[in-house]
Amino acid sequence: MTATQPTPAPVVPTSRPVRVALVDSGGTNIGSVRTALQRLGAQAELTADEATIRAADRVVLPGVGAAGAGMRRLHEAGLVPVLRDLQQPLLGVCLGMQLLLEGSEEDGGVECLGLLPGQVVAIPGSARERVPHMGWNTLTPVRQDPLLAGIGDGDRAYFVHGYAAPVLEHTLATTSHAGTWSAVLGGPDGRCWGAQFHPERSAAVGARLLRNFLEVPA
Amino acid sequence: MTLARRIVPCLDVRDGRVVKGTRFRDHVDMGDIVELARRYRAEGADELVFYDITASPQSRRVDLDWVTRVSDALDIPFCVAGGIRSVEDARAVLHAGADKISVNTPATQRPELVAELARAFGTQCVVVGVDSLRDEDGVWRIRQLTGAPEATRALETATLAWVQQVQDLGAGEIVLNCMGSDGVREGYDLEQLAAVREVCQVPLVASGGAGAISHFVDVFQQADVDAALAATVFHTGSVPIPQLKEELARAGVAVRRTTDEEAAR
Repeated sequence: MTATQPTPAPVVPTSRPVRVALVDSGGTNIGSVRTALQRLGAQAELTADEATIRAADRVVLPGVGAAGAGMRRLHEAGLVPVLRDLQQPLLGVCLGMQLLLEGSEEDGGVECLGLLPGQVVAIPGSARERVPHMGWNTLTPVRQDPLLAGIGDGDRAYFVHGYAAPVLEHTLATTSHAGTWSAVLGGPDGRCWGAQFHPERSAAVGARLLRNFLEVPA
Repeated sequence: MTLARRIVPCLDVRDGRVVKGTRFRDHVDMGDIVELARRYRAEGADELVFYDITASPQSRRVDLDWVTRVSDALDIPFCVAGGIRSVEDARAVLHAGADKISVNTPATQRPELVAELARAFGTQCVVVGVDSLRDEDGVWRIRQLTGAPEATRALETATLAWVQQVQDLGAGEIVLNCMGSDGVREGYDLEQLAAVREVCQVPLVASGGAGAISHFVDVFQQADVDAALAATVFHTGSVPIPQLKEELARAGVAVRRTTDEEAAR
């Protein structure tokens, strides 16, 4: 990359406190997602309680680890039907984004939430492009969406994953590493989004995406 | 547009403070962990590694309080090394907010640990640190217990074979610390790193020997590593990260450039 990246707008805390239910899916990045939301002025509560999730203004599904274990925990907690018919905006992060799709080939094949069409596949490594895809890669927005406000072509975000969603009908932004993949997904109804990268660890770009999510109309 | 090569300052932690020096000599107090973490983040570090130099030799776990404080203060990823001997140790550190955990000596004592960690948390969380030195017969072999000079042991295991073994077990990243060049500041061990690169299909992090900006350019261009780790040159300010990124970009190495707002934060 030679050009200087476009400067994102400064991130300021939102004016009203938004209640966010962070779905406790047993992942390990939950604490840092909560802190990132709190920095933006949101009230973020870690929960596996159906009523709490249904009452929240926003729902975030974080997740680190494998799809099989992630879906098993959601089933055990009885949260699969809850997440399938949420009325408020939902954001899946990393594995949480992958779980929004119909299925994943990880762990020998896993049926996921099916909120968005598409299947997750393994990233094929190459000699020059190693797997896991780990580090700061560029985002290429392919569709306008409120979630991407202020995020420009070439902005970098922090990715860590070995499986990925290809470019799909509802892809909002892509990234390239041994192929081109969905970096951000957004459903047609403006209620369901996913980020393959870790916004909580992606400095200003990540904070901007989280702020956009907190500000989308419910 | 490609994945950026990462610049990774390493902070040695002793008794909850950052200390300076190679891991093998007397340590000088460098200051508060959170303050230094914020400083490196503002300067444009892509990731941080915290190495708890007291945890491993004294056989005690990483003190989790500072891990939480660092996690709360940072919006870039960080890895914790030192004192992680079991899935439970790792879980505690990851739940405290670390993005990755790094194991070194405990993996040499019980390689199955790497597989257990990968199964529990996914390979992307599991970094294996490898301390390596060339023996008189010309073969690079691994060392263990390098945190305390009097306890350090040379093993029979060849470095290249070990790197392959830990990948098979589920390592998601390898940090190769070339002990022959560590602390000398005459450049990374390009020959050894290039040899390990040949057998390393996961991200490879170079460690040991950085003394000048040109050393970073060389290690990315000649050894094709994914990240370069250094301590002293960042602590002393002799290699300022913004200038380093500038020079790397000029040399054609893909790097992440930070915005003025981030630098000012």
